[in-house]
Amino acid sequence: MSQYSQFIPLKSVPQGRLAIWLLIAGEFVIFGGLIICYLLYRMRYPEWAEQTKHTNTFLGALNMLVLLTGSYTGVRAHAAALNKQLNKIVLWMSISIICGFLFLINKSLEYAHEISNGLTFNSQKLQDAGDSVGSLFWSFYYIMTGLHATHVIVGIIVFTVILNQARKGKNLHRVELGVMYWHMVDIIWIFLFPLLYIAK
Amino acid sequence: MEPSTSTHAHHPPQSFLSKYVFSSDHKVVGIQYTLTGLAMAAVGGFLAYVFRYNLAYPGSPIPLFGELSAQQYNEFVTCHGLIMVLWVAMPVIISGLGNLLIPIQIGTDDMAFPTLNMMSYWVFLLSCIILLASFFVPGGSAAGGWTMYPPLSANAYHNTNPDFWTALFSGNSLVIIALALEFVSMLMGGINFIVTTINKRAPGMTPMRVPVVVWMLNIASVMFMFAVGPVFAGAVLLLLDNVIGTGFYDPARGGDPILFEHLFWFFGHPEVYVLLLPSLGVIAEIISVFSRKPIFAYKTIIYLSLVSAVLSVMVWAHHQFVSGIDPRMATFFSVGTIIISIPFAGIFLSYMATLWGGSIRFTVPMLWAIGFIGVFLIGGLTGLFLGSNTFDIYVHGTYFVIAHFHYTLFPIVFLGFFAAFYFWFPKFTGKTLNVTLGKLHFWLTFFSFNGTFFVLFFNGLAGQHRRINDYTLFPSIMQEPYITFQKVATISAIILILSQFIFLFNFIYSLIKGKKAVNNPWNSSTLEWQTDSPPPHGNFHTYPVVYHGAYDYSMPEMKEVDFVPQNLPLEKKTI
Repeated sequence: MSQYSQFIPLKSVPQGRLAIWLLIAGEFVIFGGLIICYLLYRMRYPEWAEQTKHTNTFLGALNMLVLLTGSYTGVRAHAAALNKQLNKIVLWMSISIICGFLFLINKSLEYAHEISNGLTFNSQKLQDAGDSVGSLFWSFYYIMTGLHATHVIVGIIVFTVILNQARKGKNLHRVELGVMYWHMVDIIWIFLFPLLYIAK
Repeated sequence: MEPSTSTHAHHPPQSFLSKYVFSSDHKVVGIQYTLTGLAMAAVGGFLAYVFRYNLAYPGSPIPLFGELSAQQYNEFVTCHGLIMVLWVAMPVIISGLGNLLIPIQIGTDDMAFPTLNMMSYWVFLLSCIILLASFFVPGGSAAGGWTMYPPLSANAYHNTNPDFWTALFSGNSLVIIALALEFVSMLMGGINFIVTTINKRAPGMTPMRVPVVVWMLNIASVMFMFAVGPVFAGAVLLLLDNVIGTGFYDPARGGDPILFEHLFWFFGHPEVYVLLLPSLGVIAEIISVFSRKPIFAYKTIIYLSLVSAVLSVMVWAHHQFVSGIDPRMATFFSVGTIIISIPFAGIFLSYMATLWGGSIRFTVPMLWAIGFIGVFLIGGLTGLFLGSNTFDIYVHGTYFVIAHFHYTLFPIVFLGFFAAFYFWFPKFTGKTLNVTLGKLHFWLTFFSFNGTFFVLFFNGLAGQHRRINDYTLFPSIMQEPYITFQKVATISAIILILSQFIFLFNFIYSLIKGKKAVNNPWNSSTLEWQTDSPPPHGNFHTYPVVYHGAYDYSMPEMKEVDFVPQNLPLEKKTI
C-alpha cells in the first residue's frame, strides 16, 4: 500500500468553501473588467471631474461604514456558529441583514437626489450645457453601483435563507459561506468608493 | 463539517421524470448537455447550408428554404457563428464531456454539487430557448456578425426604436441575454468541475495519475472563469446601450466601439483554447489506448497546456490588427501569437511520439483521432500566417480567415466530439455501435470537410470577403476558378451535412438494436471502464483505490496482459 500513502487529500478546504472562493474569483473578474473600462475612460476625459463633484462623499462613506459593520457582525455570527450558539447567530446575522437594508436605503436616497438633478445616463441637461461626455460618467456610475447593489440584495437573500436554517441548528457551516460572500461585496465597495466618490 | 464523499447516501431515483429529466446524476446531465448541443448543431448546420447555397448560386431559390434576402444572409451568418461556438461547442465539448467523464474517471459517485449541476443545465436550456426565440421577433435575430461589434449591434436598432420594450425584445437584445445566461450556466458548471476534481478524487488518484482529459477540462474551466468576466461586463454594457440608450460604445457621446472589441476578444481568444484543450485530452486518451503505449511525456503535456493557458490571455488583440491598433502594439501581439504555437507543437509532438512504435489499432475512434491531428495541423499552421500582422492586414475578414477558423474549430468540436462519441458510447449506453457505418461516417465527413474549406483558402487569397452575400455584383473579383471553388465548397458542405445522417442512423439504430457492450471493450486502464456498462447510479459497486497512472500500457512488469486497470496494483517483477 505504499502507493496509497501518496494520496494527499485537501481535507483542509471543504468543498463549499472552495466553491465560494471560485465564485468570488469569478465576480472579481467581472467587476475588474468594469473598473478597468472606467479607469481607461477616466484617464481619457479629465472633464469628468465636473461630474464627480456631484457624488455625495458623505453618503458613500456612510455606506462603507454600514457595509463594514455588516461584515463585522457576520464574523461574530461565524464565531457563534463555530460554538453552536444559535441565539447569537440569529442576533448577529439579523444585524447584518439590517445593515444591508440600510445600505440600500442610503443608495436609493442618493439615486433619487442625482436623478432629480437631471444627472442620468442619458442626461438632457448635460447635453444642453454642451457636455457630450458627461452622461457617460453617470452611465458608469449607475452600472457599477447598480450591479454592486444587486449583489447586496443577493447577500440579504442569502443571509435570510442561511439564518432561517441556522435558527433550527441546520447547516451551520453555511454561515461562513454567506459571510465570505458578504466580505466580497464589501471589498468591491472598497474599490468603488474611492473611484467614484473620493477621486474628484 | 461536511463529508467529502458520500458513498451510500444515494438512492437511485425511480420515476421517469426524476430519472431522466430532472436528474442530478452527472451522467444524465452530461447526456442532456450533449443532446441539446447536437440539436443546436442541427440548427447551426441548416443555417450554414442556406447561406452556403446562396453563395454558390446567388439569387436562385434555395431548396427547403426559398429566397434569401441580404438581411437574412447577415442574420444567418451571425447566428451560425454564435450557435456553433457558444451553443454547440461549449455544451458538447466542455459541459457534456466534463459531466460524463470527470466523476467517473477520478473514481467517485457524482459531482461535488449535483443540484447546482442540474441547475446549470436548465439555465443553459433557457438560454437556448431565448436564442431560438430571437429568430421570430420583428426585425429578426442579431445580424451584426458573430462578434457582435457595435455600432452594428448596439445603436442601429435603438435609433429607430427608442421604446424600451420593443428594444428589449429585439433580436440583438435577446441574443445578448441568451449569451449572458449561457455564461452563468458554464460558470456554475466550471466551479463544479474544479471542486469535484480537487476534492473528490479516489484514494491514490494523485494529480499526476489523473487522465489527461480531466486535467484539460479543469485547465479549460479555470481559463473560462478568468476570461469570461470582462465579456460578461461588456455584454451588459451592450445590452444597456441597446435597451435604455446609454452611450458606452457610442463615439458621439464619449464612448468607444473598440472597447467592445477588446472585451470580446479578451474572452474570445482564450475561448478557442478552452475548447481545444478538452478535445486534445480526448485525443490523448484514444491515441494511448489504441497504440497500446503510455502517452509520451504525460507531465510535459500537462505543463505545456498550463503554459498555453497563461499565454492565451495575452494574445487577444491579434483579432484587431485592422481596428486602428498601434503598430508597436500589433507587433507585441503578433509575437505572442506565434509563441503560443510552441506549447501546442510540443503537445502534438508528444502525440506523434506516442504513435511511434506503438501497435496501432485503427478502430473508429482512432480514425477520428488521427483525422483530428491531420486537420488541426493545417488550421494551426495557417494560424501562424494570420498571427503575423503584416499578412493579416491583407486577408482580414476574407475567406482565408473563414477557412483557417473552420480548420481549427471543426476538428476541435466535431472530430474531437465524434472521437469521444465512438470511444465512450459503449460505456454510457451499454450498446455497441456499428463499425462499418462508423468508418463510412468518418471518411465522408473527413473528405467533404476538406472539400468545403480547403478551396476557400484560395478564394480568400483572391480577396473575397465573408460578409458579401452576392459576388455577381463584383465580377472583377468573382472570376473563373473562384466561381467553381464556391460551388465545390457548397456541394461538399451539403455532403458533409448529409453524411451526419449516417451518424444519426447509427446512433439510434445501435441504441435500439445494438449488441450489448462488454465492460471494457478497448482494454483501457482508466477507471470508467472498470465498472458496468452503463454505469449504475453512483458509478461503482465498490469504490476504487488507484495504484498507478492512467496510461500504463505494455509495461515491462506486465507478464501476460498489456494493461492493468488503475484500481489493481502493477505486478512487481522482483516479487
